[in-house]
Parts: sequence; C-alpha cells; structure tokens
Amino acid sequence: MGAVNTSGAPGAPDTVSASGAAGTVSRVNGPLVEVDGLAGAAMFELVELGPHRLSGEVVSLRGAHATVQAYEYTGGLAPGHRAERRGAPLSALLGPHLLGGVFDGLLRPLDGAGLWLDPAAPRPSPTDRAWEFAPLAEQGAVIGRGTALGAVRSGASPPYLVLSPGGEVSAIRRAGPCRAADPVAVVGGAEVTVERRRPVRRPLPYAARLDEMTPLTTGQRVIDLLLPVSLGGTVAVPGGFGTGKTVLLQQIAKWCDADVVVYVGCGERGNEMADVVAELAGMPDPRTGGRLADRTVVIANTSNMPMMARESSVYTGVTVAEHFRDMGYDAVVIADSTSRWAEARRELGSRSGALPAEEGYPADLASALAAFYERAGRVTTLGGRTGSVTIVGAVSPPGGDLTEPVTTLTQRFVRSQWTLDRDLAYARHYPAVSWSGSFARDADALAGVTPEGAARRARVTALLAEADRLTALAELVGAGTLPPHERVALLGGRLVREGLLQQSALSPTDAHCGPARTAALADALLAVVERAQALARQGVPVASIEDRDFSPLLRAKDAPEEEIPARRDAVLRELEAAR
Amino acid sequence: MTVWAPVEYTGVAELRGPLVLVRGVRGVGWDEYATIELESGERRHGLVLETDRDLAVVQVFEGTAGLRAEGTRVTFAGGPLRVPVGAGWLGRVCDGRGRPLDGGPPVLGAADAAVNGFPLNPTRREPPSEPVLTGISAVDALTTLVRGQKLAVFSSGGLPHLELAAQIAAQADTGGTAFAVVFAAIGLTHADAASVRDTLEERLAAGESALLLNLADDPVIERVLTPRLALTVAEYLAFELERHVLVVLADMTSYCEALREVSSARGEIPARRAYPGYLYSDLASLYERCGRVTGLAGSVTVLPVLTMPAGDITHPVPDLTGYITEGQILLSRDVPVYPHVDPLSSLSRMMRAGAGPGRTRPEHLDLAAQILAALARARQAAELAELVGESALGAVDRRYLAMAEAFTNVLLAQRRDEARSLDETFERAWRVVSVLPRRELSMLSPAALDAGYRERT
Ligand SMILES: Nc1ncnc2c1ncn2[C@@H]1O[C@H](COP(=O)(O)OP(=O)(O)OP(=O)(O)O)[C@@H](O)[C@H]1O
Ligand SMILES: [Mg+2]
Repeated sequence: MGAVNTSGAPGAPDTVSASGAAGTVSRVNGPLVEVDGLAGAAMFELVELGPHRLSGEVVSLRGAHATVQAYEYTGGLAPGHRAERRGAPLSALLGPHLLGGVFDGLLRPLDGAGLWLDPAAPRPSPTDRAWEFAPLAEQGAVIGRGTALGAVRSGASPPYLVLSPGGEVSAIRRAGPCRAADPVAVVGGAEVTVERRRPVRRPLPYAARLDEMTPLTTGQRVIDLLLPVSLGGTVAVPGGFGTGKTVLLQQIAKWCDADVVVYVGCGERGNEMADVVAELAGMPDPRTGGRLADRTVVIANTSNMPMMARESSVYTGVTVAEHFRDMGYDAVVIADSTSRWAEARRELGSRSGALPAEEGYPADLASALAAFYERAGRVTTLGGRTGSVTIVGAVSPPGGDLTEPVTTLTQRFVRSQWTLDRDLAYARHYPAVSWSGSFARDADALAGVTPEGAARRARVTALLAEADRLTALAELVGAGTLPPHERVALLGGRLVREGLLQQSALSPTDAHCGPARTAALADALLAVVERAQALARQGVPVASIEDRDFSPLLRAKDAPEEEIPARRDAVLRELEAAR
Repeated sequence: MTVWAPVEYTGVAELRGPLVLVRGVRGVGWDEYATIELESGERRHGLVLETDRDLAVVQVFEGTAGLRAEGTRVTFAGGPLRVPVGAGWLGRVCDGRGRPLDGGPPVLGAADAAVNGFPLNPTRREPPSEPVLTGISAVDALTTLVRGQKLAVFSSGGLPHLELAAQIAAQADTGGTAFAVVFAAIGLTHADAASVRDTLEERLAAGESALLLNLADDPVIERVLTPRLALTVAEYLAFELERHVLVVLADMTSYCEALREVSSARGEIPARRAYPGYLYSDLASLYERCGRVTGLAGSVTVLPVLTMPAGDITHPVPDLTGYITEGQILLSRDVPVYPHVDPLSSLSRMMRAGAGPGRTRPEHLDLAAQILAALARARQAAELAELVGESALGAVDRRYLAMAEAFTNVLLAQRRDEARSLDETFERAWRVVSVLPRRELSMLSPAALDAGYRERT
C-alpha cells in the first residue's frame, strides 16, 4: 500500500495518481459532506476528504456538486478543504487473511490497529503475511472464468481458492510461500494475485440460481424442527431489546453447518463483539478439528464507531460471503442488527434534506432492503461449482412494535422470519422464538428432502396451536372446567415447550442439538403425549395423569442421545401407574 | 497548536433556540469548540454543529438568553473541546461543565482529552468478568453489576431511583482494588442534588469520587456536555491510572430532552416522539465508553439512571437505552419497599460472567436462578389466589407465597444507609429459599443445599 493511503480505504487504487481530480468541501454536517467542483465524479466513487484523507463515498450528484457520506469522524473538516476523487467505487480487499480475522465496516483489519480508533492514525496493512500456495492449473491450459488456479491454506480454515479471470494460463507459480499481493499466475495476459478488490455494492456474478432446496442445520431445535431454513435462504429475526436476538444469532454462528460464517456486528455492543471473538477462538470446530474462528470472518462496527461505516458493513459482509460462495462454499451472513443499518441511511437522508417517507426513513429503504436480501441464494458459480449465501438479519423494532417500517418492509423480502416474543423471553423461555408469529416459506419444499421431518413438524405444530387455543380458553373459564382430552392437550403443550423448544445457550450439553437428537427428543415427547391422550380416553382421571413425574423426559435434552428412549420408556411406565 | 491569535467573528446572522448562526467565517471545522463573548464581557461556550461555506451553526451550552446579534463576538478554537483529565478531579464537586462548586481552585489535569473520546477498538476489549459489589442485596444477589458493563436503572417519577443511585455510588467497591466513582447529575432539582452530595460526602472527602452537578435551573444545553465530561474523566482514571471506575449518569431522560431541544431548533426531521433519529447512536456514543481493555487493570462501568415518562417502557428513552445497555434494573411502584427493585423484570446480561465460583460465591448463579424461578411461581400462585382465595391453594403454593414474602422482607428490603456485605446478602438469600421445602429447590446442587439450606425448626 502506498504511504499516502493512510486512510487505508479498500477499493482505493494502490497508488494515488497526482492528477486525482479534486474539489472543495463546501459543507460539513456530521457524516454528511458536500463538495463543489467534482465534475465527472461517479455515483459511489470514493473521495478522500481534508488533510487526514478521510474516506467517503459519493451518494448523490448534481452537476459538479456532490454529496458524500464520510466513513470517519469528520471533526475539524472545514469548508475549503480539498476533496480528492479516487477513481474507484467503495470496494473490499478480499483474501485469505479474512478467515479468523476481525475487521471494521470497510474491511480494514482491527487486529493490530490502535487501542483508540483515531481516524488520523495509520491502519495496519493486511497484506504482509506469507501463505502456502499450491497450483491447481497447468501452464498452457485454457481455463474458464471462476475456475480455481490454485489454493492457499492456513491452519484449519477451508482451502482458499484463487479463481481465474478466464483465459490461457501463460505462467503459474510453483508450490511454495507467497504474499497475498504477489502475482501467482498470468491468465489471458493479466497478472493474478491471491488477494483482490471487489466493489461491495454490486453483487458478484454467478452462472445460475439453483431451485432445489437443501437445509441449513442450525443446531437450534425450534429452528431445525419448526422453522427450517434452506441454504441460500433469507431470515429476519425481529425482537425487542433483550428478547435474545444476539444470543440466537451467535448460536447459529457457532453451530450451523456452513463452511464460512460472516458475522457482521452492525451498530451493536463492543462487549458482545469481544465475547464472540473470544468464544470462537476457544471453540473447536467439530467438522474440521480446527477452531471455529478459522471459518469465521468478523466485521465489527460497534455502535460508537462511525455511523456510515455501519451502513457499508452489511455490503462488505455480503461481498465477503459471495467471494467464498464462488469458491464453492456454503456461506452464512449474520447481520446484527439491520435496523442500525437502516437508521444510518435515515440519518444521512435527513442530513441531506431528502424528503422522508415513513417514520423519517428514506423512500428507497424498501428497494435497498430488497436488493440486499436478493444477494442471498444457492447458485452454480461461474467456475461450475455449487455454493450459497444465506442471510440472517436481526431487526430491532423501536418499542418492540412489529408494525414499524424496517420490520414490515423486511418481512416482504425474506423467506423466513423468526419472531422473538417478549412474553416468552420474560418467562425465560429461550430461545424466545414465537411458533405462532413466525414463518418459514421454504419449510414445505424442504419437507420433500425429509418426509419424516415434515410429519414430525406437522404434529408438533398442531399440538402447540391446540395448546395455545386452550390456554386462552382456560384463562377465561379455568383449566378445571375443560374436558379431559383438552387438559391433556394443555399438558402436551407444556411438555413440548419445556422439553423440546426451550434450549439454553448457556448449557454445556444442550447449547447445540444435532438433527438426530432433535428428532429423538420430539418423537419421545410425542409418544408420551399420545399415550396420555389414550389413557384419558380410557377414563383415567386427568388429574392423576397431570401429577405424573415427567422430569426424566423434560431433562432428557441434557442427557446423551442414547438415553432418550430409556427415559421415554420410564415416563411411559410412570404414566401407566396413573391407572 | 495555533500560533496566531484566533480570528474573532462578529457576523451573528441569526439566534434560534440554543443556536447561534455566524456568517463570514473561514476554515471553521465541524465539531470545533467556540467561545462566544457578549457585550458585557461574559463568555459562553459552544460547539459547531454544522459548517456551510461561510456559515457556522454553533450550539451554546449556556443557552442564548440575553445574546444580541450586535456586539456578540465568536472565536473558534481550531479543534474539538478538550478537558483536563487526571486524579485532580477526585474529591471535587463541580458544575455540569466542570467549574468548581466547592470553593476550590479550577480543576487542573495531568493531561487533557477530547470530550467525545475515540471509539475503543473492539479487538482490544476484554470481556467483563468480575463484579462491582454495590452493597444492595437485590442488585448483588440477582442482577450483579459487572466491571466494564453498562447496566441501566429504569424508574418512574416519584420513585427513589436517585437515592438508590447515590447509595450505590457511595457503597460500591471492587474488593480492595483501586476504585472511583464519577457521578454526573443531569437536570436534578436543588433538593435532589443536595441529597446526592450528602450521600457522597464521605467518598468525596476520601478522594474516591468526583461529582458533576447540572441542576434543573442550569442551562439545558449544558446537559449535552455533562455526561461526556464525566466519561472522559472516567476513561483517564481507568485506562491511564488503572482504577475501576463507576460512572453514574442521572437522569438520562433530561439529557435526551436537551438533545431534542437542539434537534428541534435545527429543524431536523424527528423520529419517534420528536426525538432525533440519531438518538440511538448518540446514546451509544456515551454508554459504549464502558469496558475493560486487555492488559490494563482498570475498567469503566456505566450506570445510566432514567425515568420512564408515564412509566412507559416503550418510550424512546428507555427503549433505546435498553437496546444499548447490557440489562436493566427496573424499579416498580408495585414493590412496596425500598429499593423497589422488581426482580422478575430486571436482568444483568453480564451476570453469568461476573458472578459465581471465584468471583462471588460458588452457588451464586444457581441460587439466583432458583429465587427467580420461585418468585415467578409465587406470582402465579398469587394470581390464582386472587381468583379462588388463598385458602383454596395447595400447601406447596402457600409455601411459595410465604417465600415471596420472605424475599421482600428479608432480602429485598434495605435501609437507605445500609451497606450489606456479600456474606450477609447470601446469608439472607439462603434464609429466603429455605422457606421452601428442600425438594422444591431443584436448581441447587445437593452439595450447595447441604451447606446452605436451613431446615425449619
Ligand atoms: N438461548 C438462550 N439461552 C439462555 N439465555 C438466553 C438465550 N437467549 C437470550 N438469553 C438471555 O437473554 C439476554 C438477552 O439476550 P440478547 O442479548 O440476545 O438480546 P437481544 O435481543 O440481542 O437484545 P438487544 O436488542 O438489546 O441487543 C441474554 O443476556 C441472556 O441472559
Ligand atoms: Mg443484541
């Protein structure tokens, strides 16, 4: 990186041409900066502002007058200061250094940056490290765009593939160490390096979208059983404060069976980021034997970091995921919270005086949300591999009000919604996913993949719905007045909620639950509820059924999977004693 | 450092609410510190909120009352507002801008620092893991405050949240390690401020505390500054002088109202309830200054105190605060005794990391979970009793009601000058759970029960 590029903005060319056209700052209002004399600038072009060369991006143009959103604190920036065009859009530096690293919203490394993030201080460059390169293509071969030229390995991370721009391989590096910025091949006359820059606001290209569905296993029973998500799917997770969005998303980051996880902390807490980084570094990846951190890219743009980098962080996050998708991996983007991203857009809109739509949000919020979630999908890559990007985004509705614009707009563009319910969270029923207020539009298609799973889901859903209906009724008339089979249904609802849906993220044994165990637990509970119904039909007094000790089954989730059938049988015997 | 004398501008074009609009300026930067001199020679201070060609919009901390367009001179400092930092703040009582109220000399610092601070690099943060003991049983036992955490106190008008905050500020400690309290009073009445000052008297005399007082009749816009000043002082004490620092910010609702006033004077597009759309980010820029840093001994713990207008938890101030803080202590009128903490609506999200073996007591987390579960069950039983009468309840349910009563009287209720040791809090907590039959205490291990459970005699 050139010494002049102290702001280290990715996407900036590595050298600054002295002829970089420059304008003059005319107005500064927080992150909103207006610049005169930028004739010829392009939308989304990067601009460097003032003596500290703060990076910003052109977000609107009127003649030679540009509105720029600044990615740093603009204190001290004044009308009259120079604003220099960089000739390139905001882009991210993609390379093998991403896995296991922690970055800001512009994908600049935070490891090794200063204790306090002073915009005037230089940032470390990520490109110094040496990697082990192994060629996968032969000199003289003609290979298509997106085909692997070589691989770079680091620890237990999934192999990082260097993809070809397409053409004849006129030179290729031998196996051995190389730096990310070194050329490893010449293809179609152009040098190819391990790392590369890609604009973040434009989706990376692929060959075709795939329709068939494959489930993403999350390890959370309520999701995998009732609200499944497919690879390439999109999920919104709305919930008021403290309902468990972050805990649920972190569980998925740790336990889902994706190859690469991009965790975007977008305008949330610093302590949470420290926590998730420490945890991932300390946890083994059951699939690779490495650390979970090795498959994870963390983008940390906490709420006290510059607001506009929060706006860009969701785009850099999804670009990173697409990049790994193109290597044939299943990548998951977790964004906590998309509401903070929407608020950053609102903030800029309001400072630039744009006419607001609902609740002050800019009128393009809907199209921006749609375009963001549209970047998810399972595809055939240009190189012919299969890869996917799944997006899971938290939504933080003000006052927990699910009719606010970000929640309602997001709802239109996602395939699934896991709604977190304040009453459940209050009752310490975690994860507080509402079974009645959520949806999973891919569930039926996924049912084709696992028919017995679909049947199980239907039974559990019906049981919960019946119990909910009866609970409402019992509140009016008293449970005692309900007929026996309805009282057993109420009991069944309680058993399923406590023994199956509740899953503590803090439990060393139950934080994660594999599909087989989830199925075994569900089947055991359904068998017990069914037997209880049979006994009630045979005239066994319902009070004596209710009084049985169900605890072996309720605690089965903390027991080894092999023990579940024995526990089920113990409870079935216990039920017989009600006769 | 500017070596030439700063330029004075006299072109006051407009005065609007707390804002002065100055024309004809050159090279004035955003967020620059400004001094406004009146004809009388009085000086006021402000910050640049916007700079547009030759126009600078300045927010005046002391307000614009008495300002005239003619004769007012404005100079710009060429940089952001910096304040002195250092141990010199300890033992001092100052106003909301840091000017002495205790008759002492102006506070001088070992260094100075920008009041806005810089964001702490998240990779340099150390996850919080040790408690701050408050000497309040309800807090220490059930919603443990953790070093580096931000934990809000949500209250309603008429409840003694200020007394509680002052009591915590007076009693809190970190078990022998260097500790300090910075108390920022924001928009308090004279009576409230006097009582806070009284409660903190001893700590001030011991040089363990600093008190910043912005009173209800002080300039409203000064409130925007007071918490920033407190946090800047605290950061230096924590990360340069390696102390554990507790920052109390009370009342944040007054702070938010000041922010709203500035926003409305600027004609900004409002979000919910006319609060500015950036309220979340603004509050986060304060609360997020809590934390611990890898390799340094100190910590900043933040306790924002706020009143929920009309008791409404969905009001933007408590709502956005709740979205930023790591839990809340909710005070409720339904709890009849001081400190009025509603245990079932309160939660410290960091407690798991800061309490338990090696930190407080080995059985702490289980005991707290057991008490909360029992209180939840007691609440259900009480609701049932309302319908069918207490005598119709089963024996076990009645024991739960008795347990809830013991909880209120033995553990929760506390005098306003009573500092309870952790030993005493646990002794009381065990007395409370021991009201229940031992077999009901399924969340506690047999070993913990053997050691702590008291059979009824
Ligand atoms: N699955 C879970 N298991 C155990 N505890 C949980 C679980 N989910 C949530 N909690 C509890 O709820 C608290 C709040 O959860 P979390 O931080 O995820 O909320 P949130 O919805 O992200 O809130 P905010 O919007 O304020 O960020 C946690 O600190 C934890 O105590
Ligand atoms: Mg969260």
